[in-house]
Amino acid sequence: MKSMDNGGLVFDGGGLNVTEGAKRAAGALIGNLRAYESSRLSNVIEEAHHTAGDYTAVNAIMRARNVDVFYGDNHAIKSVNLDVGANEVISLIGPSGCGKSTFIRCLNRMNDTIESARVEGEIVLDGENIYSREADVVLLRARVGMVFQKPNPFPKSVYDNVAYGPRIHGLAPDRQALDQIVQSSLERAGLWAEVKDRLHYPGTGLSGGQQQRLCIARAIAVGPEVILMDEPCSALDPIATAHIEDLIDELKKNFAIVIVTHSMQQARRVSQRTAYFHLGRLIEVGATSQVFSEPRRKLTEDYITGRFG
Amino acid sequence: MNRQRPGPPEPVASSPAARAEFGRRLARRNRQESRFRLAGLCAVLAGLAFLAFFFLTLIGNAYTAFAQTHILLDVELSAAAIDPEGTRNRQTLGRADYQGLIRNALRQQFPAVTRRGDLRQLFALVSPGAGFDLRKQVLANPGLIGQKQRFWLAADDDVDMLIKGHMNRSAPESQRRINDRQLAWIEQLEAAGRIERQFNHRFFISGDSRDPEMSGIRSAVAGSFYMLLVTLALSFPLGVATAIYLEEFAPKNRWTDLVEVNINNLAAVPSIVFGLLGLALFINLFGLPRSVPLVGGLVLTLMTLPVVIIAARAALTSVPPSIREAALGVGASKMQAIFHHVMPLALPGMLTGTIIGMARALGESAPLLMIGMVAFIVDVPESPLDPSAALPVQIYLWADSPERAFVERTSAAILVLLAFLLVMNAGAILLRKRYEKHG
Amino acid sequence: MPPYTALIILLALTVLGYWLGRRRPAAFGRKYHSLPGYYGSYVAIWCVFPALALYCLWQLVEPGFIRSQVLATLPAELLELPEAELGLIYNDIRNLVEGNIVSGAPGEEIIAAASRYTALQRMSNLGIALAVLVAGLASSGWALRRVKPTLRARNKVERTLRMLLMAASTVAIFTTIGIFLSVLFEAIQFFQLVSPLEFLFGLSWSPQTAIRPDQVGSSGAFGAVPLFTGTLLISGLALLVAVPVGLLSAIYLSEYANARIRAIAKPMLEVLAGIPTVVYGYFAALTVGPLLRQFGEAFGLGVSSESALGAGLVMGIMIIPFVSSLSDDVINAVPQDLRDGSLALGATQSETIRQVLIPAALPGIVGGILLAASRAIGETMIVVMAAGLAANLTANPLEAVTTVTVQMVTLLIGDQEFDSAKTLAAFALGLLLFVTTLALNVVALRVVRRYREQYE
Repeated sequence: MKSMDNGGLVFDGGGLNVTEGAKRAAGALIGNLRAYESSRLSNVIEEAHHTAGDYTAVNAIMRARNVDVFYGDNHAIKSVNLDVGANEVISLIGPSGCGKSTFIRCLNRMNDTIESARVEGEIVLDGENIYSREADVVLLRARVGMVFQKPNPFPKSVYDNVAYGPRIHGLAPDRQALDQIVQSSLERAGLWAEVKDRLHYPGTGLSGGQQQRLCIARAIAVGPEVILMDEPCSALDPIATAHIEDLIDELKKNFAIVIVTHSMQQARRVSQRTAYFHLGRLIEVGATSQVFSEPRRKLTEDYITGRFG
Repeated sequence: MNRQRPGPPEPVASSPAARAEFGRRLARRNRQESRFRLAGLCAVLAGLAFLAFFFLTLIGNAYTAFAQTHILLDVELSAAAIDPEGTRNRQTLGRADYQGLIRNALRQQFPAVTRRGDLRQLFALVSPGAGFDLRKQVLANPGLIGQKQRFWLAADDDVDMLIKGHMNRSAPESQRRINDRQLAWIEQLEAAGRIERQFNHRFFISGDSRDPEMSGIRSAVAGSFYMLLVTLALSFPLGVATAIYLEEFAPKNRWTDLVEVNINNLAAVPSIVFGLLGLALFINLFGLPRSVPLVGGLVLTLMTLPVVIIAARAALTSVPPSIREAALGVGASKMQAIFHHVMPLALPGMLTGTIIGMARALGESAPLLMIGMVAFIVDVPESPLDPSAALPVQIYLWADSPERAFVERTSAAILVLLAFLLVMNAGAILLRKRYEKHG
Repeated sequence: MPPYTALIILLALTVLGYWLGRRRPAAFGRKYHSLPGYYGSYVAIWCVFPALALYCLWQLVEPGFIRSQVLATLPAELLELPEAELGLIYNDIRNLVEGNIVSGAPGEEIIAAASRYTALQRMSNLGIALAVLVAGLASSGWALRRVKPTLRARNKVERTLRMLLMAASTVAIFTTIGIFLSVLFEAIQFFQLVSPLEFLFGLSWSPQTAIRPDQVGSSGAFGAVPLFTGTLLISGLALLVAVPVGLLSAIYLSEYANARIRAIAKPMLEVLAGIPTVVYGYFAALTVGPLLRQFGEAFGLGVSSESALGAGLVMGIMIIPFVSSLSDDVINAVPQDLRDGSLALGATQSETIRQVLIPAALPGIVGGILLAASRAIGETMIVVMAAGLAANLTANPLEAVTTVTVQMVTLLIGDQEFDSAKTLAAFALGLLLFVTTLALNVVALRVVRRYREQYE
């Protein structure tokens, strides 16, 4: 278990020792958790207000504190605290609509593109709140890259797809440097061998798995510190998925990776830490092995054992 | 993966220098961003500015057309001149020289004017059509005969322009259409309170005329109305039938593909070409008369048909297939499923499309020029087979007329046309809104 | 007896047939195949179609029949006149019958022929009414006898309905064919008078054929190149205005403006598309033309009051909403994924738009511009009212030029002999215009369609 160096002891009861009293008190929460209506499951709602486990990381790159997200009147994320540690893979799991994708999109302010979205609380990268007035979203996104659910290569050549980021940010002073960046990014994404002969063919002509790796290469080419992956394998076949998972394992040597996944097996395979979201709340976070073998919350346990979700 | 990889790209914020460089570049990019955004905003504003400029000029030109200068004259409706035999026969009454009575009234008003040339100029102050108005009043009320009555008579268009301020009184005489003597008479009349601007009802109830002050849009509006009637009666059923066939029954083969491509192309064929078709087909081949709303309506039908078909097809596709399946599932035939269940849901969409098509047809003039609907028509048509003008063509004709007074009338006719279009489009939008809410 | 009596009879018969057919199955008193209304419709259909076919056939034959009968009554010396003069005489007879003004006092034989005409027409109307009555009765009687519980009336009625729907769908095809043939025939006649090469490549256009053969320039010149250049100049100016403004405003409204501004500005811009072209023409001729002229004078430039610039400018404004709504469509068709992908790399919005969205939407935008070009080329009223009539071969937008559509209108307005080169030239221009715009449309629609399919 990670050390609780700061005010991490905000959860009452802590750990597995959930008291009977707290259980009763949580009954009042049922009203809030509207979607969670099954009477069988309603007994297991616990004091979901607070996150079980330690949400801090040893050498955190990003820290999210008291993050709330609203889509118009809809309160999509409720007071979430979570750290992203350097050189680790943290996976966010939970049933559909739990807010895991919303949360990951907060980390590089992709929620800005949604008109009705509003973010409260603070997310700190390198000591600066990314939502502060001075923070520039362009710089932020150059440092925190993102890979999406569906591979979305631009309708350009493979080369231009990867070179796009470096070009707009002016990272390569000359053509040679740009070639260098493209090649190394493709190599890191494990795609170089497959595409080195067709760099100038359209990126959309690649297979789904290759396209997704191209998108990863595209993100790497900017030199980010964190890579966010929003269900990167959900549109891929098992072989392509395996490829990407291997790649994630490789990438964590250089980057911090936050991955949202629907598949608990995938979370287990690729991540060091796992955070379980439910109806906009971060229910539990901890080492992946711990979350999956001895979850602290009944809700987590029910989810990972497949009783709902 | 045993090969030595080159190092990863440097993180942007790796060093203070890199970060500063990035910041400088970023400032430039942000400036570029706001320039681009500003260009977009300017484009939108340019469009809106034109729209505002357009409507302001138009309304500024048009509003004076709704008033007409009238001159108050004491007209002696002498029985000897109107009805010498005292029969009160309508034909006799209708044939009398009312313009002459008006001239006499003018002469009495200005007894000092005696020379022939001067008199002609004096008589020119009143509209040559004023006699018709006087006749109408006498025919409506023969009891007036033998009396001296005060009548507000329409002034000539040049006087009208002067009173409305479109002609500069202080300009040198050679530069205005009213000479100094006429100006003096007009000023006398003004001083006597005998000149007044009154609501221009003729604009709405008369047909075209060579005299601007006597002209109106009635025959053009009636012509356009009959044309739209023909167009609606033909294009809606044909368009809907075509859409139903293509969307619900047609097999997907090369023939229907051709029909589809053809319809889309037809929607983009210049309207003047439809006029050529109308000229060659309806007038030359079928021998239908020129200048009649029936032919205009037929041409506009062919022109709007693609619009209606495309809208009706869109309305049909927007009905979820589950409706059809549900109907078929309870044993309805395909035809019954479509006519009983799909059509009621698609109808508002089809109507919306049809109204928009009709609005387009109403504003169309190029094909009408081809089929001779540019004739000078005074009478108000009573059926789609009477020669008539059309509102947009009337605008075209007036716009071409040299008289200054037609400028304001053209603008006013445009306002009327735009008002019709506005009502139609607003109807379409309302229909769509309701449909969206219920659908 | 008016000619439409037959139709009224037919309508009555149909209603009767429907009613009888509808009642018929109830008389069986046992289970029958379709709803009663279908039996009614079945009988009604049988009643209408044969009789209607008969009626239409007669309408086609009637004029020729009456003409031959009427002309037969004329004295022999008149019959020996050439066909054209005979036609004039026949026209006189018809005018006399219809009570129109006749040229000159009608001769006795003409009056006799006219009364023959009237009698024949009366007979014909009576005859067709009777024929329709008999045919309708016969066919609906036959259909009524066929109404049995086992008759699948619904299927038969629906099959007829389906045929009608199919027939309706051919109207659009026939319109295209009609357009093509009608302009083609006249154009071919024109090309017998004027060589196609002279028409397509000739540099001088003055279609005024002289009334007297000895006048100067009596033949008229039909070199259409000045018209093409004029059309291209004005359309080019229009696109120069419409494409940047339309594209930029579409981008601004779909990518930058918030919902409220969009809700106001978008319909306002669409108002521009709803303004009739004649109104733009008026505006171009009376406001923009003089304005440009004054403006030109202020800079010491001689701007013609019917300059290509004025017409092009106004036409450009007219097609702004056209370009912007088409670009709006294609830009919105670009998946949100691509925007996200670019933004997530740290691109600014304008970089995303310029480097990702526009390249991705380019085929669609190009298709839209082609459609706009086709529209500009075929636009008539603006140029008729605001561009000139003189066929100047110039690329100077400050001078007056004329266009293909302007010439079509001027050549065809007013009463024209239908076989003079002047009138036929309008059809030759029409053919050219139709073929050009058709080609543009086919290409543009195909490009747009393929583009849409790419992102579906």
